[in-house]
Amino acid sequence: MKHAVSDAVTITKRQLLQLARVPEVLVFSTIQPVMFVLLFRFVFGGSIASNQPGGYVQLLMPGIFVQTVAFTLASTAIGLAEDMKKGLIDRFRSLPISRGAVIIGRTFGDALLNILVLVVMALAGFAVGWRPTSGILHTSLAFLFLFAFGYALSWIGILVGLSVKEARTVQSVGFLVTFPLTFLSNAFAPTTGMPRALQYFAEWNPVSTMVAACRQLFGLKNQFGATANSWPSQHPLETSLLYMVVLMVVFIPLSIRKYKNFSS
Amino acid sequence: MKSVIAENLVKTYRKGEVVALNNLSLDVEEGTVLGVLGPNGAGKTTTVRILATLLKPDSGHATVAGIDVIKNPEKVRELIGLSGQYAAVDETLTGWDNLVMFGRLYHLGRQPSIDRANELLERFDLTAAARRPIKTYSGGMRRRLDLAASLIVKPKILFLDEPTTGLDPRGRQDMWTVIQELVKGGVTLLLTTQYLEEADQLADEIAVIDRGTVIARGTSDALKKQVGGERLEITVENSDISVAQEIVARVSGNSTHLDLRTISAPVLTGSVALMETLRALDEAKIHPLDIGLKRPSLDDVFLSLTGHVAEETVDEPVKKKRGGKR
Repeated sequence: MKHAVSDAVTITKRQLLQLARVPEVLVFSTIQPVMFVLLFRFVFGGSIASNQPGGYVQLLMPGIFVQTVAFTLASTAIGLAEDMKKGLIDRFRSLPISRGAVIIGRTFGDALLNILVLVVMALAGFAVGWRPTSGILHTSLAFLFLFAFGYALSWIGILVGLSVKEARTVQSVGFLVTFPLTFLSNAFAPTTGMPRALQYFAEWNPVSTMVAACRQLFGLKNQFGATANSWPSQHPLETSLLYMVVLMVVFIPLSIRKYKNFSS
Repeated sequence: MKSVIAENLVKTYRKGEVVALNNLSLDVEEGTVLGVLGPNGAGKTTTVRILATLLKPDSGHATVAGIDVIKNPEKVRELIGLSGQYAAVDETLTGWDNLVMFGRLYHLGRQPSIDRANELLERFDLTAAARRPIKTYSGGMRRRLDLAASLIVKPKILFLDEPTTGLDPRGRQDMWTVIQELVKGGVTLLLTTQYLEEADQLADEIAVIDRGTVIARGTSDALKKQVGGERLEITVENSDISVAQEIVARVSGNSTHLDLRTISAPVLTGSVALMETLRALDEAKIHPLDIGLKRPSLDDVFLSLTGHVAEETVDEPVKKKRGGKR
């Protein structure tokens, strides 16, 4: 047990070293969200009447932040599935290292990558007119929320990565799950235009509550959603926090157990 | 003293449908090399995975250095080195990166990890490639690096799962040299292989396994004697088969095996048998299409031990599950 932390750190360092050795990965994992910022800002920004002081980009940025951290689920799962396939996880498991270190290390690595991606996106957003107005404290808190959300989803990714056989499957499944979740939400457009049933779904969707929470923390009046008047849309901060706690409480022990037993 | 003991290991997959190990027992004397010889799917990888604490058997038990692998896997992991069929290293990182990382995971300090990495790279002739990503390595280099990674803490007991499968002859020869040096250093080795020649070169004792159980065990010499050293193999026209079979049986003093038009039988002294057979064939006015001597292969061992050729029995689920084996 005494080596648990240092083992996890070694695994995390390995992931950072990978980024240093193959910088393309880093470049592309930051280009994609920046591309989303620019596309939505300039393609939809002009035609969506947001009535938002400062323009659509103020509403858009929290949406893209959440969408991007939500993809952590898939990237964690893909990375782990690849390690499994290559036999690297077997090698790690034959070493005298603490039991959770390998997967904890991976969640740390993906979390660090998220920090970097969030910084790059915030800069890109700033360049195209995004201005949080809530002061440094609330703005930082919003980023803390985003970071924690990504970390919580990372643990679902661990369970998925340990369960699937092929990294490419994870990629497609990741898209299949993440796209509806991020689009059936208040992230890019108001939920008011959706059919009633979808509105309920969209308002309970953790992506929506996270987006609403971030908008609130960045100093916006939460504009999208809330037509179904559900509890989550009234209390996005509390709901988001609850979602994160539940995800971690459920998926961390499940993942560690799965890792310990996965081949027996 | 026995360094490795496996007793009555049973392992099934898919709810008992596929039996990977069926009461497999084996042991390895301290400081010696046991070659586990068998075809794909015979249970070699499953055995190694159980002994290396990666897999729990359904029943039976096993100890490594006297420690129970099921009850005390952490202790076992401190003593063993494992190198599989696939280079289980991080391909995006350099050889040096990998070895230093593994050193850290074995809880060597930073500097000792670096020193050990340099030492192993030197020893396995990889210093020139140390700063290159593994994916640029040749098959043989990868295997050597993988082996190096399993030697970081100088394990007393080493498991090598098909260390040369897929390597070209030169890579195989290099790997053998490396392994022989290790063995001289006093390590206890359990090695699996599909090649009789490899077991012959490296192992003190050979356990032949088939369908999850040990079907023969002994020194390489004893095993070869049983198989009959070399085999005489002739191919003749269909009409000549029965006469040729009689000749081969008479010359070899053994029962023959017929595969299409090819007749084979174990012989004691190959060159003598070859000449006698040719002479007899000539007298009978039979012109063989092909004739020659073959050193015993895994198939021959299986043929003489089981009466059937070595065939892939069960797909070891490992390869399906993670696509690890090809």
